[in-house]
Amino acid sequence: MSSYHLDHLQYLETEAIHVMREVAAEFERPALLFSGGKDSICLLRLAEKAFRPSDIPMPFLNVETGHEFPELIEFRDRRAKQLGAKLIVRTVDEAFAKGIAHPTPGQVSRNQLQIPVLLAAIEEFQFDCAIGGARRDEEKARAKERFFSFRDSFGQWDPKNQRPEIWNLYNARVNPGENMRVFPLSNWTEMDVWDYIKKEQLEVPNIYFSHERECYRKGGQWLPVPPPHTDATKPDPYEGARPKPTDTVKKMICRVRTIADMISTGMIESKTETIDDIIGEVSAARVTERGTRADDKASEAAMEDRKKAGYF
Amino acid sequence: MPHSHPIELLRFNTCGSVDDGKSTLIGRLLYDSKSLMEDQVEALEKSADITGGGQINLANLTDGLRAEREQGITIDVAYRYFATPKRKFIVADTPGHVQYTRNMVTGASNANLSIVLVDARQGVIEQTRRHTYIAALLGIPHLVIAINKMDLVDWKQERFQEIRDEIEDFLPKLGAFRDVKFIPMSALNGDNVVDFSKHTPWYEGPTLLGHLETVHIASDWNMSTFRFPVQWVNRPNNPTDKSLHDFRGLSGQIASGIVCKGQQVVVLPAGIRTTVKDIWTYDGSLAEAFCPQSATLCLEHDIDISRGDMIVGLENLPGRSSELSARVCWMNQRPLQTGKKYFLKHTTQTVQAVVTAVENKINFDTLEAVDAPGTLAMNDIGGIKIRTAKPLVFDGYSTNRLTGSFILIEQGTNLTVGAGMLAPPLEAVKPEYSDFAI
Ligand SMILES: Nc1nc2c(ncn2[C@@H]2O[C@H](COP(=O)(O)OP(=O)(O)OP(=O)(O)O)[C@@H](O)[C@H]2O)c(=O)[nH]1
Ligand SMILES: [Mg+2]
Repeated sequence: MSSYHLDHLQYLETEAIHVMREVAAEFERPALLFSGGKDSICLLRLAEKAFRPSDIPMPFLNVETGHEFPELIEFRDRRAKQLGAKLIVRTVDEAFAKGIAHPTPGQVSRNQLQIPVLLAAIEEFQFDCAIGGARRDEEKARAKERFFSFRDSFGQWDPKNQRPEIWNLYNARVNPGENMRVFPLSNWTEMDVWDYIKKEQLEVPNIYFSHERECYRKGGQWLPVPPPHTDATKPDPYEGARPKPTDTVKKMICRVRTIADMISTGMIESKTETIDDIIGEVSAARVTERGTRADDKASEAAMEDRKKAGYF
Repeated sequence: MPHSHPIELLRFNTCGSVDDGKSTLIGRLLYDSKSLMEDQVEALEKSADITGGGQINLANLTDGLRAEREQGITIDVAYRYFATPKRKFIVADTPGHVQYTRNMVTGASNANLSIVLVDARQGVIEQTRRHTYIAALLGIPHLVIAINKMDLVDWKQERFQEIRDEIEDFLPKLGAFRDVKFIPMSALNGDNVVDFSKHTPWYEGPTLLGHLETVHIASDWNMSTFRFPVQWVNRPNNPTDKSLHDFRGLSGQIASGIVCKGQQVVVLPAGIRTTVKDIWTYDGSLAEAFCPQSATLCLEHDIDISRGDMIVGLENLPGRSSELSARVCWMNQRPLQTGKKYFLKHTTQTVQAVVTAVENKINFDTLEAVDAPGTLAMNDIGGIKIRTAKPLVFDGYSTNRLTGSFILIEQGTNLTVGAGMLAPPLEAVKPEYSDFAI
């Protein structure tokens, strides 16, 4: 029997492919959220495996806070083009201009503001489903999520009242205005993602590898020093997110373990040059990847609250 | 690959009554197997200072919702992942409250193994029987009865044996677990979870983790009869690339069995016999593929096939009928209504269906079926008759989990209200073979 045996990565892969095909078959207007981060990189390969030789039957969607790492944007655009997919980008700045979202006084991070922008994009394109790369092992509210996670017409998640999800029979039915978030990587761990990237020889943005960067210490983390403000005709998008004169600033050899934007991503000191180095580092890690995310440090229920409001 | 040999994946869930210690047990497994990270331990300690009077609450590791931590109960399934050098594990911590039985079913439905916890002080109660029954009904092959809180009954072997006897008394009524293990433990203190307890010299079995690492699961997948529900028709329709212009593939996940290139198959319900020309995957064509691989089959003949059709081998044909018998677990406050139209999702198709009769319902005190209950309320399990608007091609759940299961969806609200397991077909489909001739 042993030749008819899938190892755990093959098992996770076939489960995810099945989920993606269910999306393509059951929804009229699905989208795939692609940020250029490691999880969504895996999603793209899974989409190729699910749909080739046909085109991937859904556009990619990304919400920009305006504080992105430029390397990530470059990578995102290039990958979408290579795969021949349509990439839709919506930004927090545009949303300000249109009055869909408003800057929060005293709040530099635009993490929360991604929520209304995402919901507006879903409405604009009438998406009935959005595939995301979230994993249950990331965070304990996510550990509660279904593969097919129903959102009401306000985009809200109701964790106390989720649809039962039995066997591989996913209930994909939604009424107009409602939508589904679907997470093919639900059962993957951070380690599985890197093992898969290695196995499939997937390219990842170079900020996952060690590089020299100026960082400053804030809230127990090393945050990247934002790029200089050059266009004096516009307000500094990083106002309030620059090191103060009293802050410790240093040039360090570092990398990201998980990517949000420049304001919420803690850099870790690291000397990793290859995927194998990263795998070695992840298996020796003593803190979770979310331990480097400023957006999750707000409170014990930070993620749950954001998800209820329509976040991923 | 980072591993020199394939690492097996074991999926298990914990169940049992409220407060039996399910979440604590998973916390203990993670803690003692060193699967927790420093920031997770820190967060635990921090919440212990706020709410626990300094005592770490291991259950908080899986009780990830605010409402759960506030009430000290589990409401919905939490999934956790850990690995030892021997295996990888996906754990579903399911709630014990009767009210949340549907979430227990959600967490258990894909498990290879269920751990039913029993509070040694209380012994076997209705919820113990209900969850053990559901594990059996779902066809979970491996069962562990964890007799927990042994610290509160002075580690008495007699108490352990008493509970074990009571469970062994009713297990035969439930049928087919491949193996059953009884383990005395204290989830709170970690006795017999990862490390052996010094309080149970009389116990000769493995620790829980020891058992999870070694229980034989290689044959849990059904490799005997080929079933391939068509999930998505793969037509590139590419006018510029000639090789793609004519490509017509049928994408799906193999629900059971093995398929080989060149093999004869039957497409149901049409009943057309043809040959597998190619097993296409992104990584190249395969000579054969097996359950639960995903693949794209290309057939010799250009037949009209769509999502919901099933491609099967020539032997052991499935049944085909629109009059079905099933056992169903009801999951909604609104009771099952005979005569009302539901959507029924089976494999990759959704059809309309009407429940024509509720034949019986399980009494969880006696584990006997009560006849003609009229309806099924939330958390009831019973036998029903269903008529579908279009015949289903199916197998009995006991021989095939994936082609023998369905869910019922309420029209309008779109809620998933029932989980059904089909009785074996009375007769196999007899296709009037029209060998495809050009
Ligand atoms: N003395 C003792 N107490 C235990 C043991 N295991 C769990 N407990 C306690 O029992 C209580 C309930 O534990 P939980 O783990 O939350 O129970 P549960 O089964 O997950 O409960 P639900 O998910 O709400 O059904 C907690 O106060 C635990 O500390 C044990 O082995 N010994
Ligand atoms: Mg619990």
